[in-house]
Amino acid sequence: MENVDRIKSEEMINRIDGRLTKNKIVKGLFFIATLFTLIMLVVLLYRIIAQGAPYLSWDFLQNFASRRPEQAGIKAAVIGTIWMMAVVVPTAAIFGVGSAIYLEEYAKKNTLTRWIQMNISNLAGVPSVVFGLLGLTIFVRLFGFGNSILAAGFTMSLLVLPVIIVASQEAVRAVPNELKEASYGLGATKWQTISRVVIPYAIPGIATGSILAFSRAIGETAPLIVVGIPTFVAFLPSGVFDSFTALPMQIYNWTSRPQEEFHNLAAAGIIVLLVVLIMMNSVAVWIRNRYQSR
Amino acid sequence: MKPVKVLTLSALLGSALVLGACGNDAADTGTEEGEKTEQTDAGDAQLQGEISIDGSSTVYPIMEAVAEEFMLEQPDVKVTVGLSGTGGGFEKFIAGETAMSNASRPIKEEEAAALKEAGIEYTEFELAKDGLSVVVNKDNDWVDQLTVDELKKLWLDNGTAKKWSDIREGWPEEEIKFYSPGTDSGTFDYFDEVILDGGQIDKAATLSEDDNVLVQGVTGDKNAIGYFGYAYYIENKDSLKVVPIVNEEGTAVEPNAETIESGEYAPLSRPLFTYVSNAAIKDDAATAAYVQFTLENAAALAEDVGYVSLPQEKYDEQLSTLEGLK
Repeated sequence: MENVDRIKSEEMINRIDGRLTKNKIVKGLFFIATLFTLIMLVVLLYRIIAQGAPYLSWDFLQNFASRRPEQAGIKAAVIGTIWMMAVVVPTAAIFGVGSAIYLEEYAKKNTLTRWIQMNISNLAGVPSVVFGLLGLTIFVRLFGFGNSILAAGFTMSLLVLPVIIVASQEAVRAVPNELKEASYGLGATKWQTISRVVIPYAIPGIATGSILAFSRAIGETAPLIVVGIPTFVAFLPSGVFDSFTALPMQIYNWTSRPQEEFHNLAAAGIIVLLVVLIMMNSVAVWIRNRYQSR
Repeated sequence: MKPVKVLTLSALLGSALVLGACGNDAADTGTEEGEKTEQTDAGDAQLQGEISIDGSSTVYPIMEAVAEEFMLEQPDVKVTVGLSGTGGGFEKFIAGETAMSNASRPIKEEEAAALKEAGIEYTEFELAKDGLSVVVNKDNDWVDQLTVDELKKLWLDNGTAKKWSDIREGWPEEEIKFYSPGTDSGTFDYFDEVILDGGQIDKAATLSEDDNVLVQGVTGDKNAIGYFGYAYYIENKDSLKVVPIVNEEGTAVEPNAETIESGEYAPLSRPLFTYVSNAAIKDDAATAAYVQFTLENAAALAEDVGYVSLPQEKYDEQLSTLEGLK
């Protein structure tokens, strides 16, 4: 008996060495992966900030586009992007969260629902140009919105809807059944349960998913080009049926110009876009923290 | 439970409202500013209206400059300029969505036919000239000039990887790397017409819609050759070598302002156009004024943004054409 035990423990010690080495290697691999990503990000940020920071000024935010780089600004683009998002956020949030709740709480779990579900997931991976073509055919031409804020906003809403639906579904699904049953047990109706138990519990997840989707809508260029959004606009829109331009359009135009100064302006534009994105993400974090601590 | 419900709804719509409010605020301050400039400009005949322009990204800088200057004089005319590309611009022009369409090549037969079918009459105005510049790497010391036939031999696909020695004897036995604008661009269309004759471009060529990518490609490879608009060569002339092209008279000519304007740099000097709907000129005083402003200022503004102006008579001729359309 003693003999057998000793062999076993020796074997175990040998194996421990192997396992520990493997452990170290894997840890190292993950560390390298993280490091690599971080370095790329830092290099990218450094380049953009070094190039664009000298061009950031109050004038840059206050001026319209110009052929003279020193006078060119992004006023129309920033205001245009804000207008577009004012259409995208309510449209996509209402339709997205509404669909998610219907699919999770009301729809019967049958083949049809599963089929719809699969299509929504697939739509999330469709290239944005395709949504641009859809927007051009339906909103610009069929509905006659032209290249207006409304047409672009609806196109962008379609683009981000699948992502919002999927994220919101996950959030709604994560609501513990006991809570819902307790609510029913107290005599609450389905709508009362959804509005007072399910949504408050799911809000952090819904908000995080939605804001990530909205960030995508802010940065997309391709659908706007297809829809026919102009780049030079030297006036501010006064309603959703007006023409406008957006930040990515202006940045795209400047990067493709021959003159170096315009490339620097593009970098400055990217910094502004990044600031807008960081602000949006902060809102997501704020909403999440606020609701989680309750 | 009531506050929870209110919070829930407000969280759903909260960011929307915040953004919406921001938009309105900003727009309000904007119109106030607009009114201020209007007051200072009072006295001129003020026009009103909207002019929608789209088309070539090559012509875009000229149109941007024209629109910028025009709106200083006529702040109530809302001019928008897009850059869908020459072909994309014509699609919108045919659909009646734009009043003017910029093009870096003459209109194609099928586009003209579609316009006829749609009942849109149009007039072609030439704004400036551009010289497609053929460039090689700075360290390339063998290419001194190229004929059109050599350009053909270089760029047409022959199924194999070409070496410089295949083009002319005595040139190094190194594989050539090709950089060309994308097939959607008017720049490619023009090169395709005068050099390739509609043939297949070398399949190994790197195609990019962004000419700065081509500049970088040729700068970084000793055996590279590429072509793009004159403005991109001028901005990067310290890191690129431009190749003189042999014209029909048999002289090798380098692209510059004089040779492009005189047409001596041939066949790669290309005209830049804008196509205007006749109905828009006739019915809309703002569009007519805008086209006139464009022709009056195109020479100076085109040079400002890196293109070559036409002889003054050309603009005068076109201005009288415009008078006839009003």
